[in-house]
Amino acid sequence: MPERVMFTMGDVACAEGALSAGCRYFGGYPITPATEIAEWMAIRMPQVGGAYVQYEDEIASITSVIGASWAGTKAMTATSGPGVSLMMEAIGLAVMTETPLVLVNIMRGGPSTGQPTRGQQGDVMQAKWGSHGDYQIIALTPASVQEMFDQTVRAFNLAEQYRVPVFVLADETVGHMREKLVIPDEKDLEIVDRKRPTVPPEEYLPFKPDEDLVPPMATFGSGYQFYATGLTHDWRGYPSDKDDVQMELITRLNEKILRNVDKIVEMERFQLDDADVAIIAYGTPSRSAKRAIREARRQGLKAGLLRLKTIWPFPERAIMDLASEVRHIVVAEQNMGQLYHMVRASAGTTPVHMMRKPVGTPQLPQEILQKIREVVTQ
Amino acid sequence: MTTESDTLVHPLAKYMRTDRLPWIYCPGCSIGIVTGMVARAIENLGIDFNKVVIVSGIGCTGRVSGYFKTGTFHTTHGRPIAFAEGVKIANPELEVIVVSGDGDIAAIGGNHLIHACRRNIDITVVCLNNFNYGMTGGQFGPTTEHERYTQTSPRPIGNIEWPFNLVKLAASSGATFVARWTAVQVRRATKSIEKAIAKRGFSFVEIVGACPTSYGRSNRLGDGVEMHRHLLKVADIQNGLPPHEAELEYDSRIVCGEFVDIDKPEYTEVLKKAQEKARSEAR
Ligand SMILES: Cc1ncc(C[n+]2csc(CCOP(=O)(O)OP(=O)(O)O)c2C)c(N)n1
Ligand code: SF4
Ligand SMILES: [Mg+2]
Repeated sequence: MPERVMFTMGDVACAEGALSAGCRYFGGYPITPATEIAEWMAIRMPQVGGAYVQYEDEIASITSVIGASWAGTKAMTATSGPGVSLMMEAIGLAVMTETPLVLVNIMRGGPSTGQPTRGQQGDVMQAKWGSHGDYQIIALTPASVQEMFDQTVRAFNLAEQYRVPVFVLADETVGHMREKLVIPDEKDLEIVDRKRPTVPPEEYLPFKPDEDLVPPMATFGSGYQFYATGLTHDWRGYPSDKDDVQMELITRLNEKILRNVDKIVEMERFQLDDADVAIIAYGTPSRSAKRAIREARRQGLKAGLLRLKTIWPFPERAIMDLASEVRHIVVAEQNMGQLYHMVRASAGTTPVHMMRKPVGTPQLPQEILQKIREVVTQ
Repeated sequence: MTTESDTLVHPLAKYMRTDRLPWIYCPGCSIGIVTGMVARAIENLGIDFNKVVIVSGIGCTGRVSGYFKTGTFHTTHGRPIAFAEGVKIANPELEVIVVSGDGDIAAIGGNHLIHACRRNIDITVVCLNNFNYGMTGGQFGPTTEHERYTQTSPRPIGNIEWPFNLVKLAASSGATFVARWTAVQVRRATKSIEKAIAKRGFSFVEIVGACPTSYGRSNRLGDGVEMHRHLLKVADIQNGLPPHEAELEYDSRIVCGEFVDIDKPEYTEVLKKAQEKARSEAR
């Protein structure tokens, strides 16, 4: 399809991004503020020969997405906090069986039913740590309608490349804001597909990694036979309770992501080159931060922004470097301070200030400006 | 030259991951028999084994998928039907078979069972009902009879709950093929599994079986042989009986047969038509 321009909301941009990435299966259960993704998919999926399937709950939704992925289709689900909580066990299954999939969480106020129509960023630690055991996922944090599209495309590419569940973590404001969206011509989009086995079926070992630590993935009906299980398994896919098998598998599942942090992590540096104070933010608060920084500069205060577009794997290296460049770091999150702790752990002796705001209204530009003033006079 | 071992290979071994044998099941357990039924049904139908997908949940019965030498998946507890739906919708060419236990299918996964029946999606569910959670050591579950003893419904009181009748549950939820057999009625059960696989719609086959290690021991039902003898004795074949009359009383009467075999529009076919319509209107 040639380039298209729309004026639309983040949720719709996300759905269009998925379709452009080649997603042809959506399994979901309606929940505010992610319903528009489901509704858009219900219209668009049949038009492109795909399936919008509405399940009885989020557990079925994500488990069916794992099934669709193993049937060879790019697949996704979209939900919000309560739904993600229900999906946690299956996320572990997807990690353990190395299933490419995309999970969109349009974050609302929590805990529990919280504030369904108000945005928050309270699920960023859940995305990383919510399922049991030691594992890695990838999480992207878009901050605009265009980025909802771009990052969803990227989420599919990363899921396919690393065989891992990828989260798109957008706060409700980003999901519901309306802006211009440019959907590029499909030939201008870079699309990644999972590696398929190249050896004959008799020689195929379904969980034997290549040098990049990612095993080629066979799909159902392809002539390759395999057993995939959430149990700890060896290269053949066979269950094992041996220490060395567990050690090798868990190390590899973590390392295949951690070894590639530099390739996975994306961020935007805004007016940081001579900054004394660096704001670290993602999603909606990063938009307020830009406005605050422009104003601070007008007032002669040297402030800048490190906007995280990827939060998992955590960009430790970038934070360490930043900490050596600036005098203060302020972490502005729409929660009680979650990534703040990650930043503090990476920032050495540079003071890190928490700007918590666990409510629907993000940090306003004047609040951030005030914080900048406060820390420079310290 | 043919060696002795070549000639002794089991005719269904080609479907199995023989390098994983011996399997984990206890002596006298029905799970091996049910595995054999599914393998034989596939053989009798002559379908392309590469296109068969076997899915299980968690439990002793949940280990069945791992012994089949095709595309197989071991999901989380209770979720094999949801996984199977995703597979079937993404690629309707595949023949998707779920084999799992009563706890997996009717307790933690009960919601997925009834909704898959309602959707009438073309998958086959073979549920081995051994009246308890075998794998975790024999606790009561959704099919345990009233006052039966298990590790969590101990003597002298026994189970204070009442069981589901899985045939009635599947039939009233909309399954288009529903049958029940015991593990000793191998020929009849295999035939029903064949029909279930061939059916274009949601099929449910319950196999009433024995878990001598847990349920048998707790209720003093004897060893595996004795339990299977009992199943033969109390099986009451009533093909075509209305499903709501398909009673199951372990001690006296287990009504067996095919109770539902109806035609309704199947989910993936309806979806295909919807895609064609949406495409022609979008043009
Ligand atoms: C979420 C979750 N809860 C509990 C368990 C523990 N568990 C494993 S198997 C099982 C019951 C299996 O019973 P059934 O499906 O009847 O299979 P059987 O072992 O009797 O063949 C339970 C409760 C689990 N694995 N996952
Ligand atoms: S515990 Fe029961 S169900 Fe499990 S293998 Fe042993 S006899 Fe079979
Ligand atoms: Mg059981």
